[in-house]
Amino acid sequence: MREMQRDLTIIGGGPAGLAAAIKAWKLGIESITLIDESERLGGVLPQCIHTGFGLHYFGEDLTGPEFAARLIGRLKETDVEVLGGAYAAEINVKPDSFKEVYGYRYGEAFKIKSKAIIYAAGCRERTRFEAGILGERPSGVYTAGEAQTLMDIYGILPGKEIVIVGSGDVGLIMARRFALEGAKVKGVIEIMPYPGGLIRNIVQCLEDFGIPLYLSHAVAEVKGSRRVESVKVMKVDGNLKPIGPGFEIKCDAVILAVGLRPRIELLARAGALIDDATGGPIVNDWLETSIPGVFAAGNVLVVNDLVDYAAEQGERAAESAFKLISEGDLTRSGAKPLIRGRNVRLIVPQLVSCLQDVVFYGRVSAPEENVAIRFEEIGKIFRLPAVRPPEMFRVKVPASDLLRLRCEKLTVNVMRLEA
Amino acid sequence: MMPPAEGQNTREITCIICPLGCTLRVLLKGEGVIKVEGNRCQRGIIYAQGEVKPRRTLITVVKVYGGELPVVSVKTSKPIPKDLIPEAMKVISRVSVKAPVKAGDVIVENLLGLGTDVIATRDVKAV
Ligand SMILES: Cc1cc2nc3c(=O)[nH]c(=O)nc-3n(C[C@H](O)[C@H](O)[C@H](O)COP(=O)(O)OP(=O)(O)OC[C@H]3O[C@@H](n4cnc5c(N)ncnc54)[C@H](O)[C@@H]3O)c2cc1C
Ligand code: SF4
Repeated sequence: MREMQRDLTIIGGGPAGLAAAIKAWKLGIESITLIDESERLGGVLPQCIHTGFGLHYFGEDLTGPEFAARLIGRLKETDVEVLGGAYAAEINVKPDSFKEVYGYRYGEAFKIKSKAIIYAAGCRERTRFEAGILGERPSGVYTAGEAQTLMDIYGILPGKEIVIVGSGDVGLIMARRFALEGAKVKGVIEIMPYPGGLIRNIVQCLEDFGIPLYLSHAVAEVKGSRRVESVKVMKVDGNLKPIGPGFEIKCDAVILAVGLRPRIELLARAGALIDDATGGPIVNDWLETSIPGVFAAGNVLVVNDLVDYAAEQGERAAESAFKLISEGDLTRSGAKPLIRGRNVRLIVPQLVSCLQDVVFYGRVSAPEENVAIRFEEIGKIFRLPAVRPPEMFRVKVPASDLLRLRCEKLTVNVMRLEA
Repeated sequence: MMPPAEGQNTREITCIICPLGCTLRVLLKGEGVIKVEGNRCQRGIIYAQGEVKPRRTLITVVKVYGGELPVVSVKTSKPIPKDLIPEAMKVISRVSVKAPVKAGDVIVENLLGLGTDVIATRDVKAV
């Protein structure tokens, strides 16, 4: 087994891991290793060839590959060691000792001992079974990510008559890609009564191409013996229960864009506490998991809709790792839990020390207009013209406000304002 | 809104500038915006004016020969008129390039005479 010893190990070379590595190097952490199971850095970015990346981070509207190339270019100016094709299989942390990462690279086992770990493994796509789509198992059913890789990296069109399940940004963007390449997109099926993606994508991906959107509808079944022949679509009621006889849509490919899940398996096995709301680890305001010295950033922490946030979290985790490595400790005592109040589906970090500024990322459960995000116990208010579940809110609460917290918890409510 | 007078017409568009997503009713004469309704702020009017002749950045892939990957991702250097997208796709689908390709390389010059180029957005090494 190859053994290495480093100050910092970063798992995952997507935007969060790359931004973390660059920041950690700039801050002065000397021995850093970044590992990724893929040979190609950038995580999901190389397959996302559309624009919409980097408006906040680089102040420019870039495509996914361009955003990745910028970060990779900056990484090359550092001495960060990059191990491609290296899969992390296990994290092992004993109190007050080095954190160990075990893994494999080209059939050889390795072990990296380090003072801190940043875990930035991204997320995975939910499958048809997780989305409750029954029926036969013909070929022609792809996740959006698989279809995207086929089309935009390998130039293969996975079908000619397409049904897309899920109207999140991923589904909407795939609808446009298929329409542009000459396939007929028969419809985008969404179980919720409102679209799951940004308004910009509803307009520019569906309306521009005249693609029908079926809200409050679910795909119940896939039909076809060898190749997909059709899907059965049902209307759903307010409790998302199917009603009526349903109808069939003929198609030769079904594209599943039914949500993303943080890839937490390694963290969970190492004993990190997981938040049911985000599906990611519970972190404090250092973005540190419940395992001291193990930080989380990017889509493994919370499924971000903007790459900019993933990169920002990577940088934040790097700052925390730097402090831990250089000072030997972090101030964690007295961390108080965030309580999700009215219309708050999720929020990170889940714990705050009240000693430093904190950027909160959150998502609402239902769309609402003219609201305020209220941090109750400290009386901090952020007014917003509208909130929608597909759009994360990001607010920064300064330490001076958090210092006022006298209770053992901090409650976040989304409140309706009078017109 | 008043029914459109002769030579005028109305169009409904969704404003994408903020999450409110107002439905804008736009009264047009030719290509001029006469009136916008349904906007809850001034930015909606500017958006409506821009959407009379909408432009989009076109994103697709182009065949590559002799490369590590069979296609390269490309974009138009500037947004092009939305109406011309199908025609632009026809032109681009007939193009192929030889590896190596570098991000920023011009793949199609002056697309449809619009003064816009199609440029590569990633590197594809030769093999
Ligand atoms: C289809 C799609 C469209 C999107 N569109 C936009 C958009 O228009 N604008 C925008 O701003 N954002 C967009 N996003 C979101 C953005 O891409 C993500 O927020 C961002 O890529 C998340 O970065 P990450 O580094 O957390 O994860 P990832 O990019 O997923 O990277 C994680 C990396 O970790 C590696 N890894 C995982 N587990 C291990 C392990 N055990 N060992 C070694 N390596 C491991 C993986 O190989 C991968 O390279 C989109 C996302 C998708 C999927
Ligand atoms: S008109 Fe103003 S308020 Fe309405 S969606 Fe556009 S920017 Fe938002």
